[in-house]
Amino acid sequence: MANHSTSHPTHVHHHFVDSDQQFDTAKLGMWVFLVNEILFFGGLFCAYIIYRAWYPELFQMAALELNTFWGAVNTVVLIGSSLTVAMAIRSAQKDQMKGLKINLLITIGLALVFMVIKGFEYAHKFELGIFPGEYYTYEGIDHPQAAIFFSIYYMLTGVHAVHVLIGIGLIYWIYLRAKKGEFSSEYYTPVEITGLYWHLVDLIWIFLFPLLYLIE
Amino acid sequence: MLTAEVKPASTGTKKTLKVKRYKPSEDPKNTYLTDEKGLWAWMTTVDHKKIGLMYLGSVTFFFLVGGILALLLRTELLTPAKTFIEADTYNQFFTLHGAIMVFFVLIPSIPAALGNFVLPMQLGAKDVAFPRLNLASFYIYVIGAIFTFIALANNGLDTGWTFYTPYSTQSSSSVIWVTIGVFILGFSSILTGTNFIATIHKLRAPGITWGKLPLNLWALYATSIIQVLATPVLAITVLLLTMERALGIGIFDPALGGDPVLFQHFFWFYSHPAVYIMAVPAFGIISEVITTFSKKHIFGYWAIALSSLAIAFIGFLVWGHHMFTSGQSAVATTVFSFLTFLVGIPTGIKVLNWVATLYKGSIEMKTPMIYVFSFLFIFSIGGFTGIMLGTLSADIHLHDTYYVVAHFHYVMMGGTLISFLAGLHYWWPKMTGKMYNEFQAKVGAALIFIGFNTTFLPQFIMGSQGMPRRYYNYIDQFTIFHQTSTIGSYILGVGFLLIAYYLAKSLKSGEKAGSNPWGSRGLEWQTTSPPDFHNFDHTPVVINGPYDYHRPMEEFQLGLANEDKDH
Ligand code: HEM
Ligand SMILES: [Cu+2]
Repeated sequence: MANHSTSHPTHVHHHFVDSDQQFDTAKLGMWVFLVNEILFFGGLFCAYIIYRAWYPELFQMAALELNTFWGAVNTVVLIGSSLTVAMAIRSAQKDQMKGLKINLLITIGLALVFMVIKGFEYAHKFELGIFPGEYYTYEGIDHPQAAIFFSIYYMLTGVHAVHVLIGIGLIYWIYLRAKKGEFSSEYYTPVEITGLYWHLVDLIWIFLFPLLYLIE
Repeated sequence: MLTAEVKPASTGTKKTLKVKRYKPSEDPKNTYLTDEKGLWAWMTTVDHKKIGLMYLGSVTFFFLVGGILALLLRTELLTPAKTFIEADTYNQFFTLHGAIMVFFVLIPSIPAALGNFVLPMQLGAKDVAFPRLNLASFYIYVIGAIFTFIALANNGLDTGWTFYTPYSTQSSSSVIWVTIGVFILGFSSILTGTNFIATIHKLRAPGITWGKLPLNLWALYATSIIQVLATPVLAITVLLLTMERALGIGIFDPALGGDPVLFQHFFWFYSHPAVYIMAVPAFGIISEVITTFSKKHIFGYWAIALSSLAIAFIGFLVWGHHMFTSGQSAVATTVFSFLTFLVGIPTGIKVLNWVATLYKGSIEMKTPMIYVFSFLFIFSIGGFTGIMLGTLSADIHLHDTYYVVAHFHYVMMGGTLISFLAGLHYWWPKMTGKMYNEFQAKVGAALIFIGFNTTFLPQFIMGSQGMPRRYYNYIDQFTIFHQTSTIGSYILGVGFLLIAYYLAKSLKSGEKAGSNPWGSRGLEWQTTSPPDFHNFDHTPVVINGPYDYHRPMEEFQLGLANEDKDH
């Protein structure tokens, strides 16, 4: 807190000494929050591991019902969106406000594509009677616990989808702020920490895809 | 003009700073309580001190609700058969008592209420890292509470605070409202933890190195780590349970091919660490109060600081000791039993260091210190009986008896709540600028101590003789123990009413406290009582440790020289 008497730039909140301290603090906060997210999904992954260990044959049979092609497309879409969000941060660092806005919009677009594909996948399952839990009526899988696989599938992908939706909201909010000209190479903390969050959402999908779709 | 060589946390490199002494005013004009007034200003404030007080108010309210339920439960147990309420009502009452006391009182009590108030002050910071998030955490807590009250008005809840499946998937009470409430509440806890970790890392005043961090902050730091790592697992557990009831997903329900023991694993993976979310901050308060009233450097600073982290770590590995009789494998049981013994070690290290701190100190028997002695006595019993429960052969007999009830009340109420009271009486003059009546406060502390032991000591005895936990009726043999216990609970009730009375009275007619009534060296005492909006009217600079009672007071009141007033 050395340079206390130098004037505060407007984006620095009153309880920080300078912009750097504010940036570091926000970033640390986001990392801590991401650790919490990993533990949150960790619970579901744990349920997945246990049931897979108990019923390995069920997981093989049930995975065949999932559409690997669309799953793979969605993986590419999300990885692409991670790239564009990284480019958005890069643009902010280089004071390229136009690039920032365009990259944010592309990211939102890709996230929406992901959601639409996911929606079609869900709709297809529902048509077959593959509902979660006790509403499950599908007869195509000859296993007494078939419903549990899909319960886990819906929980994992559902909770992930909620994260995607929250991400879309956040990125849109960042876009609006970018439009108002709030960011520059001096101040782009919210862009950076939203980007961190988005990378995690992407990373979780990268685990979900092979664990659910690619079981051999 | 003096200079001091210190490391500012923001850069981390050594620097020579110009400092001067800032003596806090004894009669402050502008304080955080006077600068913005009115309900709306309070509700929208981002000031950590006001948010702390808002938590304090809510925690007190919930303690009142939980406490009344406890007295009703104890009254019902005056006679072996029905005394005045139905068995179903009894089930609801003990469930709500447990859930409210754990989730709404003890978990937020020290970190969110007292911690919010003192953490930035002990760091010499103006606020927590994310003040708006801090306010959001409070409202998330309130929303979680509303959900729980909807359940109350709507069939109640009778599963026990542990929500064990399969009963919780079948019960006709409002399980979903409460699980959603707990889910929401969890985020409040997670966000507070996140905020505290970032604050402790990044917002320390120049000179506060890790080795000069008050032990209260080491404790809150360890607590925050547990909050961030364990609470999300509770969140996913109650989410799965919610889905279990709403959609029948079958993961925990044996009727659908699921596994109820898996639920217990999930639940205790959070809930054992959660007992340390309650206990570790208590340890922090004890370290602060015991040094202030012994006027002596703490014995074993690093041992106490690091044992908090050790407890946080080992605490994650012992959850299976709640499941010794659940049918988990014999190997798992043995390992969990061994690890449970292990967690006693860092806790024992703390207790011994506190006692060593007293040795040759000039001990002043003020109210907070009396609570510390109560704590040392009661918590030690709680800890030792925990080790007994961790012993396999003993636990098979004692599991689900009143012995367990007595054990966790000795640690949760005797440990956390009593140190919460110690902290409340210790920081009350700082928070309000007023002194309470010392004599009445001592009477209150004595009533709590006597009432507590009268209530819970008999429970150890009847538990070891086989009185099961959560029973509405009992055989005649246990009458005397239950009646003694009930009388003790009334003494406790009177004690709490007395505390509420003199604290409320001190707000109106208490004497002025002055900036540092206890002569503490802690940084939070080197400003006015109550502090102003920015906590300090300068940027504090720290050259001594927080327990360096051999150094003169002037050296604890330093701040950057030549600073503009406006910051
Ligand atoms: C420090 C704060 C502590 C708190 C707040 C606490 C709280 C609790 C609670 C709430 C239960 C009851 C669980 C149930 O519903 O069955 C319990 C049981 C138990 N506690 Fe603790 N505890 C603490 C410390 C300890 C320690 C230090 C040990 C041992 C070293 C320990 C060992 C046990 C064991 C073995 C049980 C299981 C008893 C049984 O279910 O048969 N606890 N504790
Ligand atoms: Cu435990």
